[in-house]
Amino acid sequence: MDYSQFGAMIPELIILGIFLVVFLCDTFSKDGSSKKFLTPLTTVLFGLGTIAIWLVPACGNEVFGGMYVNDTATNALKAILCVGVFIVFLQSAKWVESDEVAIRKGEFYELLLVTLFGMFLMVSARHFLLFIIGLEAASLPLAAMVAFNKNHYESHEAAIKYILTACFSSAILLFGLSLVYAFSGGSLYFNDIAVALYSGNINGLLICAIAFVLAGIGFKLSLVPFHLWTADVYQGAPTAVTAYLSVISKGAAAVAFFIIFVQCFGALYSEVWEWMLYAVIILTITVGNLFAIRQKNMKRFMAFSSISQAGYIMLGAMAADSLGLASMFFYIFVYVVSNLGVFSVISMIENKTGKIGMDDYNGLHKTNPWLSFAMTLAMFSLAGIPPFAGFFSKILIFTSVTGSNSMALYMLVLIALINTIISLYYYLLVVKAMWISGDEPVIENFRSDCSERLALGLCVAGIIFFGLVPYIYQYCFDAVSNSALASMLSITIG
Amino acid sequence: MFGNILIWFVIVPILMMAGLGVCRNSSMNAIRTVMVVGSTVLMGLAIWLCCDFLRLREMGVDDEMLFTGSWMWYAPLNIHLAVGVDGISVLMLLLSAVIVFAGTFASWKINPLPKNFFLWFALLSTGVFGFFISIDIFTMFMFYEVALIPMYLLIGVWGTGRKEYSAMKLTLMLMGGSAFLMLGLLGIYWHSAPEGMEKTWNILEIAANNSVDPSWQNLLFCCTFVGFGVLGAMFPFHTWSPDGHACAPTAVSMLHAGVLMKLGGYGCFRIAIYLLPQAANELAWIFIVLTGISIVYGAFSACVQTDLKYINAYSSVSHCGMVLFAILMLNTTAMTGAILQMLSHGLMTALFFALIGMIYGRTHTRDIRQMGGLMKIMPYLGVCYMIAGFASLGLPGLSGFVAEMTIFFGSFQDADFFHRAFVIAATCSIVITAVYILRVVGKLLLGPVYDEHHLALTDATWFERLSTVTLILCIAGIGCFPNWINETIQFSFGPIVNAIQNAI
Repeated sequence: MDYSQFGAMIPELIILGIFLVVFLCDTFSKDGSSKKFLTPLTTVLFGLGTIAIWLVPACGNEVFGGMYVNDTATNALKAILCVGVFIVFLQSAKWVESDEVAIRKGEFYELLLVTLFGMFLMVSARHFLLFIIGLEAASLPLAAMVAFNKNHYESHEAAIKYILTACFSSAILLFGLSLVYAFSGGSLYFNDIAVALYSGNINGLLICAIAFVLAGIGFKLSLVPFHLWTADVYQGAPTAVTAYLSVISKGAAAVAFFIIFVQCFGALYSEVWEWMLYAVIILTITVGNLFAIRQKNMKRFMAFSSISQAGYIMLGAMAADSLGLASMFFYIFVYVVSNLGVFSVISMIENKTGKIGMDDYNGLHKTNPWLSFAMTLAMFSLAGIPPFAGFFSKILIFTSVTGSNSMALYMLVLIALINTIISLYYYLLVVKAMWISGDEPVIENFRSDCSERLALGLCVAGIIFFGLVPYIYQYCFDAVSNSALASMLSITIG
Repeated sequence: MFGNILIWFVIVPILMMAGLGVCRNSSMNAIRTVMVVGSTVLMGLAIWLCCDFLRLREMGVDDEMLFTGSWMWYAPLNIHLAVGVDGISVLMLLLSAVIVFAGTFASWKINPLPKNFFLWFALLSTGVFGFFISIDIFTMFMFYEVALIPMYLLIGVWGTGRKEYSAMKLTLMLMGGSAFLMLGLLGIYWHSAPEGMEKTWNILEIAANNSVDPSWQNLLFCCTFVGFGVLGAMFPFHTWSPDGHACAPTAVSMLHAGVLMKLGGYGCFRIAIYLLPQAANELAWIFIVLTGISIVYGAFSACVQTDLKYINAYSSVSHCGMVLFAILMLNTTAMTGAILQMLSHGLMTALFFALIGMIYGRTHTRDIRQMGGLMKIMPYLGVCYMIAGFASLGLPGLSGFVAEMTIFFGSFQDADFFHRAFVIAATCSIVITAVYILRVVGKLLLGPVYDEHHLALTDATWFERLSTVTLILCIAGIGCFPNWINETIQFSFGPIVNAIQNAI
């Protein structure tokens, strides 16, 4: 075996290296005070790793017989996800030091790094076997993370719900893939399947297979109607885990969806899955929005908000070209900073006061003006208000969808645009609570932890600058158009 | 980039925001200094731009847009930050600068959180100025939305009455309009160049290419016109306007009615009609009906209101309807009238709202049934209110007369029955306007003093006088010397009218 092939897996190796260091340090250090160094160590190492992934150019070679590809596009996505995880580490630094969690914090980092490793494999896999390995590595440890608040029964309940739906969706996905296997003439390589589907006929069983695969990945992405687990799991999980679940795992699953559907099933785009996805996106955006309006618990609120945001991310898959993928990457990046900005504020307040209801935010600007300012910006960004980054990511993804000038896609964009108005309504409810409602502030003035403030600062900086400065978008666009994927895209569709 | 004077219209408000950012909420003087310096600089810039523009025109430069500049922004989608002005935008910039200046003085004693108030106020003006300097529809739309969202907090936090409801209604309705607008703009972008050529967001290039598919034009025209029409308070999308204006704090009402509603008219003109001339010819009648209803309905509604701000808000619906109505007549005279009306309405509504704010600040009521004889108590404010009223009902010598005369002259040029009928109906609104203005003036200012507590009230302070005098001077200036404005905008209609002629 040619071991130099592992050299192509630089992002995975970096994550694996950090995992090993953390694991060994955790195992061979005594409990108690000697574990203090674990949090700074992991965060700093991960920060360096993130920079390395941004800077080291991806080689783009297929290795292991074409099972694994790390080209510029996947590398860019991994870099974006790493930024998100770095922010999650910063904002959870306070929480992992709390009495309940402190002795198990090593496990938190290890589990998180394993899931990240799994997500990296998901987007780099070009063979369904490797994809499934990545998917399982990404979902099973997450169940343990969801259950991390050992003394809260909600946390356990959430974990059970999560693991059951995760297993169920994996089963559906595998069943769908086994049908695909039958059609591809005995291969699980994406390319082989694409070629087989080009020459083959479409029949009911194939449509069934595609629907199963869509449902399986749809569970991970919490697309409607596969979203029912989301709100309970988000509410029950520790806030740091919720933040991680809502952005990182969603981003990875969305891109994996894009790659599988466009590269593998590209031949069936207009006949089969364009319409399925069309309906699913409309449902996702609308149902997520309508349910978010009534929520009073901030974590549940963010759960429904993130369902509808997933619908917007999937618009990039509707476009199904390199512009769509680049816009999707950019959307994911902006969604990462905006959503984590909101979760930073939520977790700061939760850590200090234990309050999590929207009414508790009444009059927040009187006691914590900067916090409410940051929250307002993050809400505006999620709602897509200029000059914040969320506006640009929304408009760019809309632009990419309408590129083919088909009336149906214009109507889809119109529905999405009208939904932004609904979402603006409920995001403004939070702004209203902080700035307008209530004479007596519920939450006292407090000083948050240094690392939490750093996390929030990074998010706010991202929200303000990366819309006005097109650096990230250009980076995503270049990465996508230089990748092997881009040349594939123009062939498979059209 | 920084050598272009237009960019500074956006940079100055941003600098103002930065300056406000370092002030404390308690240091009122620092905040006022930043605002006064900033708004004076803006006004200076606008006047300088205007003089420079006229000088260039006199030298015989007859390009469509002057001071143009274009800088690549989002390269993959060919999005530029492109700026340029013609006579109309120059006047709009001047109007905005005047109103920002007057608004600063009108909110001299804003409370609570003065810093945050001016921060959002400055963001609002960034959006307004940015909108008028842009010739790239993407940046135009961006600035348009930048101007909308601060409204929510400005009304919600500093407003009066049912402020939460009104703020939400206003924001959602305007954003709903912008959803349709965005769809229209996307359609224009993807049809902006012939098949196989690079698409563009630049207005001048789109107009030159003129390649929007006729089958798409109608849909896109409806989307963009409705999108901007919501902001222009077109019937039946006007309902945000009375509630929003009534609950907003003084300076915000001024800026909103004075400038923001002009964004609607300007946008219809610059994007909907200019870029989609064929659909404009075909579908103008639908919107003529709607704006015709706006004009008459707004005027009638104003007659029965008792709250000063509601009266003025409905009168705005009527007057802004006149702007869109005139634009839809698609001829040079009527369009000139529309621009005059935008200026005139902007100034006089700002004056109205400033005065209403000042009166409300003293009497703590806006109900005309609970006030009377204010002329005896505060003669300065009373006289100003009368001037604003006379401008509104079109007294010669003030701006309203010039604008409305030009509009009706121009509109009457279309000889068919449909246009004539609607012009005659619209003309009737002059009479209705006179009814409600004189009713308010009579009830509010003349007659016996209704409430003896009012006898203790004082007249305007120096900053209030400064604010109102600025506006009155401008109103009288337009009324007495309208030719100056005609000269400024004379080259602006050529391309648009040509585009419409070619489309027939």
